[in-house]
Amino acid sequence: MKKLINDPADVVAESLRGFAAAHADLVRVNADPAYVVRADAPVKGKVGILSGGGSGHEPMHGGFVGRGMLDVACPGEVFTSPTPDQMLEATKAVDGGAGVLHIVKNYTGDILNFEMAADLAREEGIEIEAVITNDDVAVQDSLYTAGRRGVGVTVLAEKIVGAAAEEGQDLAAVAELCRRVNAEGRTMGMALTSCTVPAAGKPTFELGEQEMEIGIGIHGEPGRERLPLASAKEIVERLAGPVIDDLPFASGDRVLAFVNGMGGTPQIELYLVYNELAQLLEARGITIARNLVGSYITSLEMAGCSITLLRLDDELIRLWDAPVLTAGLRWGA
Amino acid sequence: MSDGAAITVDEVVAWLRDFAAVMAREKDALTALDSAIGDGDHGINMDRGMRAVMEKVDAATPADVPALMKTVGMALISKVGGAAGPLYGTLFLQFGSAAGPDGLTPDGWAACLAAGVAGVRARGKAELEDKTMVDALQPAADAVSAALGEGASFADALARGADAAEEGARATIPLVARKGRASYLGERSAGHQDPGATSSAHLVRSAARMWAV
Repeated sequence: MKKLINDPADVVAESLRGFAAAHADLVRVNADPAYVVRADAPVKGKVGILSGGGSGHEPMHGGFVGRGMLDVACPGEVFTSPTPDQMLEATKAVDGGAGVLHIVKNYTGDILNFEMAADLAREEGIEIEAVITNDDVAVQDSLYTAGRRGVGVTVLAEKIVGAAAEEGQDLAAVAELCRRVNAEGRTMGMALTSCTVPAAGKPTFELGEQEMEIGIGIHGEPGRERLPLASAKEIVERLAGPVIDDLPFASGDRVLAFVNGMGGTPQIELYLVYNELAQLLEARGITIARNLVGSYITSLEMAGCSITLLRLDDELIRLWDAPVLTAGLRWGA
Repeated sequence: MSDGAAITVDEVVAWLRDFAAVMAREKDALTALDSAIGDGDHGINMDRGMRAVMEKVDAATPADVPALMKTVGMALISKVGGAAGPLYGTLFLQFGSAAGPDGLTPDGWAACLAAGVAGVRARGKAELEDKTMVDALQPAADAVSAALGEGASFADALARGADAAEEGARATIPLVARKGRASYLGERSAGHQDPGATSSAHLVRSAARMWAV
């Protein structure tokens, strides 16, 4: 294992300390229990937006804490859900009296921990809404699986509901908006290489030099199929095709096209992928009204990408364009 | 301990200490199982959780079993993370809630385990053969109760429970997972033993070892 670390056991805590030092103008970091909270929290009368999940997906979620996006993020251990006691303290830290929205990615561990946290917070008199994101079309949504995973749409939902909360929408409206964003978005990802959890010390899975995994999750969970390596053009077809067919996106739709890097893929390749995606969507009559290209929901050093499409309307465009000031995303502010 | 006599807090602590030692020893093996069908952290998380449990318990041992199990459950919930944290946390919290403050008999212990397993099933919404902890815990709880009902000693009942748990864990190998991250693999989850069922079988085996005499 070659990593820029000291002790595998200290990776999350030491990285958070660095994040706090680098972004002291935007956030405060509480060490135990761990959470990243916007510097001016709680904002009186504003719905608090809390998200959380395992570490190793940076900049998600801590990098999205700040004005116009998240109020607080709970980082777990690498690829491991945060815990209910941690979420409860984070919830209290951002409760400005208007309730708190929990954004939960659909993973069994996250769901169980967030359910317990919501129970605890309600016992303390804080109004909680929880919205589960589950946009990964690689997983068949059936009674026989834990259901579709929450992936790329989570980033877009956090931005959009963050803007809605910032302009004063109430908890019910913000939660409904979050559900709508999730319902209008779809994602599929792929991996060129595996990744190594620091505490495990060896790759989560093995992938041969000439192989790729289509439909990968953000923790290196195997996906739909393992195939021989193909061109970027073919990979984009394999990812965007199922995404388009699933919603389905239709000719005339306006979308936000999000090409996300898994952590180990350089920008030059992500823009190459975006070029292929733009051509594919144009051929299908789908208009890219907004885009996001970069590594925002990652899987440690995994190489690969995911493609997310979100169907937009005027309100979603307005909220997407609204000012945001976080370590990971910032414009207009 | 003679049959019918109260199970002491010290004995329950010794059971937990044995389980903590097993989790430390089996950390890599559990993580290897989890890498095959999950996200490769089960052994790491359980070891971290049980270390935290023993630190708390050794710093101030609670006076009775309900209080002890509450401490254990809350420590696991706050330190394990993942799905295993809430599930093991619930197991111990419900075990403790079912225990009265007046000391446990073997029958009471069996009822506590059954309550804990029911809690795990409710929290995880898991059924038998979903390829989860339940596949080890439910047969264990059933076997312990059945053995005591047939007049077996507590030691024999726990030994039968541990055998049933291990058999249940092994029986997860051909199953296709329907819960948790392993379910994303679909058919590819078959052929691997479930890590949660495996750690659960260790928990019951630790109990059998503790009360073997």
